[in-house]
Amino acid sequence: MKRRNLIQLGASAAAGLTLAGVPLHLLAAGRKGGVINAVVQPEPPGLMMGITQNGPTQLIAGNIYEGLLRYDEKITPLPSLATSWTSNKEGTVFTFKLKPGVLWHDGKPFTSADVVFSADVFLRKTHARLRANLASVESIKAIDPLTVEFKLKYPFGPFLGIFEVGSMPMIPKHLYENTDFLTNPMNATPIGTGPFKFKEWVKGSYIQLVANDKYHVKDVPLVDSVYFHVIPDAASRAAAFESGKVDLVPGGAVEYFDVQRLAKLPGVSVTTKGWEFFAPHSWLWINNRKAPMDNIKFRQALMFAIDREAICKVAWQGFAKPATGPFNSNIKFHSTDVAKYPRNVDAAKKLLAEAGYKGETLRMLPLPYGETWTRTAEILRQNLLQAGVKIEMVATDVAGWNQKLNEWDYDLALTYVYQYGDPALGVARNYTTANIAKGSPFNNVEGYSNPKVDELFEAGAKEPDAEKRKAIYLQVQKILLDEVPVAWLYEINFPTLYRTKLSNIVSSGIGLNDSLSGASIA
Amino acid sequence: MKRLQFMLTRVLQGLVAIVLIATVNFMLVRAAPGDPVSVLAGEAGASDAQFVAQLRTQFGLDQPITTQLATYLGKVVTLDLGFSYRQQQPVLKLIMDRLPATLLLTGSAFALSLLFGVTLGALSARRAGTWIDSAITVVALIFYATPLYWLALMAVLVFTVQLAWLPGFGFSTVGSGLTGLALAWDIAQHLLLPALTLALFYMAVYARMTRAAMLDVAQMDFVKTARAKGVKPGRILRAHVLRNALLPVVTLAGIQAGGMIGGAVLTETVFAWPGIGRLMFDALLQRDYSLLLGSFLVTAAMAVLFNLITDLVYTLVDPRIELT
Repeated sequence: MKRRNLIQLGASAAAGLTLAGVPLHLLAAGRKGGVINAVVQPEPPGLMMGITQNGPTQLIAGNIYEGLLRYDEKITPLPSLATSWTSNKEGTVFTFKLKPGVLWHDGKPFTSADVVFSADVFLRKTHARLRANLASVESIKAIDPLTVEFKLKYPFGPFLGIFEVGSMPMIPKHLYENTDFLTNPMNATPIGTGPFKFKEWVKGSYIQLVANDKYHVKDVPLVDSVYFHVIPDAASRAAAFESGKVDLVPGGAVEYFDVQRLAKLPGVSVTTKGWEFFAPHSWLWINNRKAPMDNIKFRQALMFAIDREAICKVAWQGFAKPATGPFNSNIKFHSTDVAKYPRNVDAAKKLLAEAGYKGETLRMLPLPYGETWTRTAEILRQNLLQAGVKIEMVATDVAGWNQKLNEWDYDLALTYVYQYGDPALGVARNYTTANIAKGSPFNNVEGYSNPKVDELFEAGAKEPDAEKRKAIYLQVQKILLDEVPVAWLYEINFPTLYRTKLSNIVSSGIGLNDSLSGASIA
Repeated sequence: MKRLQFMLTRVLQGLVAIVLIATVNFMLVRAAPGDPVSVLAGEAGASDAQFVAQLRTQFGLDQPITTQLATYLGKVVTLDLGFSYRQQQPVLKLIMDRLPATLLLTGSAFALSLLFGVTLGALSARRAGTWIDSAITVVALIFYATPLYWLALMAVLVFTVQLAWLPGFGFSTVGSGLTGLALAWDIAQHLLLPALTLALFYMAVYARMTRAAMLDVAQMDFVKTARAKGVKPGRILRAHVLRNALLPVVTLAGIQAGGMIGGAVLTETVFAWPGIGRLMFDALLQRDYSLLLGSFLVTAAMAVLFNLITDLVYTLVDPRIELT
């Protein structure tokens, strides 16, 4: 069987089981109508997804905009605005067939011209991550109104993984062509093709979306309207859920000790699904440029000193699991066949002595994202102190934290980063030499540089064959775990808290950030 | 004439003060580490040099800081508060959208605290030494000492979560489609908890102050004279004692009124009240310079205005005070 047939077969099989993620039995049951009240935290800066891609924006705008593809929890592509896709044997030409009869919220038809405009014009200008993802792309062409062809300069292994709505949202060409994208007044009233339409944003209070009655999947969405309430205090958000004002609290919006408490209430459930695509991965940045952190043994000592189990259990209340290395276990080519660093204070002390550590005090930046992160930093400090490493905490707010990482002004710093399903999309950027640049807290902030690692990551990205990629990435993981450029901590399993009268709120590996098209309310 | 001259001098002084405040604010805000671009880049989950440079140019942050200050002050003089790039709206519009909610909250709290504070204080002074006096003093002390944040959360937990008597979040019931009186009633219900929480602290202060001042005044010779002349006790209390005891209360009320715009950050945060305090606080965290400076400026202007009003009220309460 040919490669192209295989891909198509996979796509249609996935499409057969569900309809845009909605299990058919639910549609058959005909549970339509109702209103979902959710929390959004913090209030997003804007809803135009081509311009803003932060968490709260995507939580809401993921209902308004759509991408060409969606992904299940195994990061297998599912059809969305594209119904099928084929590639040539070399993996350098990808052809997408678009769904016919799709309309923008203002009634204009969605065509291949919109795809070319979005990917090649709009997002190349505004979307930093997409710019990097499209580095391999030579041209994007509309073959006919419903066919788009991406031509690559060289094969790019994760190519089919870059079409998720937040990574490449489709933008209406007729509203944005030849305008200043950043100041276009349409940004205030976003127009997409998604299952929900923007209705109203009362700043400081709520954002309302309403069902798109002309959505391209029949009988979807199931609910009439969704409200995203802005409640700025974490304890108040927990109380708002408890009092019944809101029925849906996305991951991270209430503190984890509250999640455990609220999950025990009658009629309440919690799920950690829907984060497989993003694969949030947390680690401690180690500034490799400075002594004593420039010594591999010192960094290995830090790895041994950390009690990941305790952090996951105590600070994260079980909503995190120890990381085994640079790859989150939800992304492709993750392997556990690597050096392991279980907590071992004696080993840490021995390595510290060998590294010649003289008791210098290190400055640690906690992540200013609330109580859970503060507790994590406190446990870390305690762990390191037990091994004999002195730590001084540096208090900052979010802006100060970004600034310090942008300028490499730290010794140790907590962070978490999305890995987007594939090591070439979400891992390489943190370890390759080409990504050492001031001005971003998400690139190679630690300053690690190893030509062998650079070479392997490049080979992995350009290799279309999955088996060969697997071998390459195993080698990378082995080297990184020996040299410990950063100290990996845990994988976050963001808990989504909801009342059980809601069903099917998570229907893909993108979770709530995809859309609530399949969600219904009893 | 004298009054007019006084007013003019004070208004001029106030304007100079506001320009100075604007300059100092500008410098202070820039002294904090991080800028709006670093925040936006941080939130995006990815950024590169082109992204950062593009935002800097858009926000005008690529200009030298002196040029930025000059541009800013030039705009302030023409009452142009600038544009918030983060929110994609003019600063004045953002502030004006939030102003009614804040004024409703702080205004109600102001009225409640003044009314109940002075009443309780007067009652306490009149019954000095009795159990009523002790009870009022103890309650006032408790509210005076309790952190606002804790009190607010407790109010939510008791009245919203446990008893479900009152809504604890927001300005009105979202999506209810209420109008007219029904809407007013709905807003009033939402207002009650935050307004009470905010009022309690000042109520305690006013009560204590009124009580102390009234007990002081009650010892003075003119009160004894009035009593000797046979003036009725009720009238002595109101016309002689209370009126003379009100001056310190007016001073404090002036301060409270001056802080009405920006002083409710905590209350607004806990009760998700869509007011200016939260707008300012978010702007601070996001380093939204123009919005932050704009709200500082409005707050400063309010403080100056209420100082002036306080001075005028002094002359009404006590005609012996002259405006100079």
